[in-house]
Amino acid sequence: MAELTLTVVSPEREVLREEGVTLVLAPSVDGQLGILPRHAPLITQLEPGTLELRRGAESQHFSITGGFLEVMNNTVTVLADASEDAAEISRERAEAAREAAVRDLEEARRTHDDMMTTQARLALLRALARLRTVERARRG
Amino acid sequence: MASPLELRRRIRSVDNTRQITRAMQLVAASRMRRAQEAVQAARPYATHISGMIERLVLATGNDRLPPILQPRPIERTAFLVLTTNRGLAGPLNTNIVRTTVNEIEATSDAIEISVVVVGKKGHLALRGLYTLSAVFTDISDQPTVNDIAPVTQLLVDGYERGDFDEVRMIYPEFVNILTQQPRVVRLFPVVLPEVQQEAREADIIFEPDPASVLEALIPRFVEMTVYRAMLELAASEQSARMVAMRAATENATELIEGLRLAYNKLRQARITSEIIDIASGANALADA
Repeated sequence: MAELTLTVVSPEREVLREEGVTLVLAPSVDGQLGILPRHAPLITQLEPGTLELRRGAESQHFSITGGFLEVMNNTVTVLADASEDAAEISRERAEAAREAAVRDLEEARRTHDDMMTTQARLALLRALARLRTVERARRG
Repeated sequence: MASPLELRRRIRSVDNTRQITRAMQLVAASRMRRAQEAVQAARPYATHISGMIERLVLATGNDRLPPILQPRPIERTAFLVLTTNRGLAGPLNTNIVRTTVNEIEATSDAIEISVVVVGKKGHLALRGLYTLSAVFTDISDQPTVNDIAPVTQLLVDGYERGDFDEVRMIYPEFVNILTQQPRVVRLFPVVLPEVQQEAREADIIFEPDPASVLEALIPRFVEMTVYRAMLELAASEQSARMVAMRAATENATELIEGLRLAYNKLRQARITSEIIDIASGANALADA
């Protein structure tokens, strides 16, 4: 049976390159997307969330803060804005980031600072994506 | 002629300076290696994003491009100038400032100019010449994508709103350790990769549709371009500093040699004259 090669790149580095992957689950803007080997060529936009890869029964989780995904010839390429391995994420730091983002958002709303509002909202989405990833990895 | 004490003081002072310049040279050398690695690490993303844009442009067709890619007459141009926060980097920042001034002067008078500056050095040099519409001086010399997000956001928003119709970026390209070449690249309107109509691939599914994906991808492409330029700036800064500090260390060594020679000559002259003194004194006694 054919297998998938999954590459995750962020502007800063190549985060991941895995061969022999049997399933990729990604948060597309149109909903959760599952990619099996021999998938048709596809380009889609991703939302902040969890990227999951399965190799048989074994699975791995990564948080991504949004990006783009391309499938071509059994190769899945994810252009992530930023990505982290669930095992590398610190729950406390993600929680602290979420609280800071909520505070910034309230502050920005009060002062009607559009730039700050956008930044704070993005920060909040990133923090939530990390927390969800930790949660899902823990549940397996 | 300086006194021996004065010479000794100067030797010590130059030697202290040399220790500092040598330390800075070593630090710059190791940071330069890290900066070069960062430039390398950013390459895969750049390759993939260009390929994806190519396929999207092909699928969208030139007549249905999103507004961000549609050309319009240029009435206002913004310049994004990348410089360092710290000095002691040889002629790096001076060259960038000179290129900026030349570029702006070469631009037609009918075009309204705005200048956005990254780095304290550029801010200091350009604020007397032009009105700066934004200045960023808090970006580290080991930049991350998050660090530069406010810069790209400003440019993307400004372009979409129509504050300017063209954005040009000026930054030092890291050619090699001895050469950093000022480069001028156009960020907006976006320079699309060459698309060959023949190279049409098998039908691709786009979600939601090619034009919307393309529209979302363009800001990332611009961000990536600015990020890579910031990395080039970082590598250029460290290598220029390393070369400047090596020259300073060598100059200090030469200076010390000269001062030591003068000091030794002076010391010898004193000893000789003292010996003559003693010898003539002894002779006078013997004669008496």
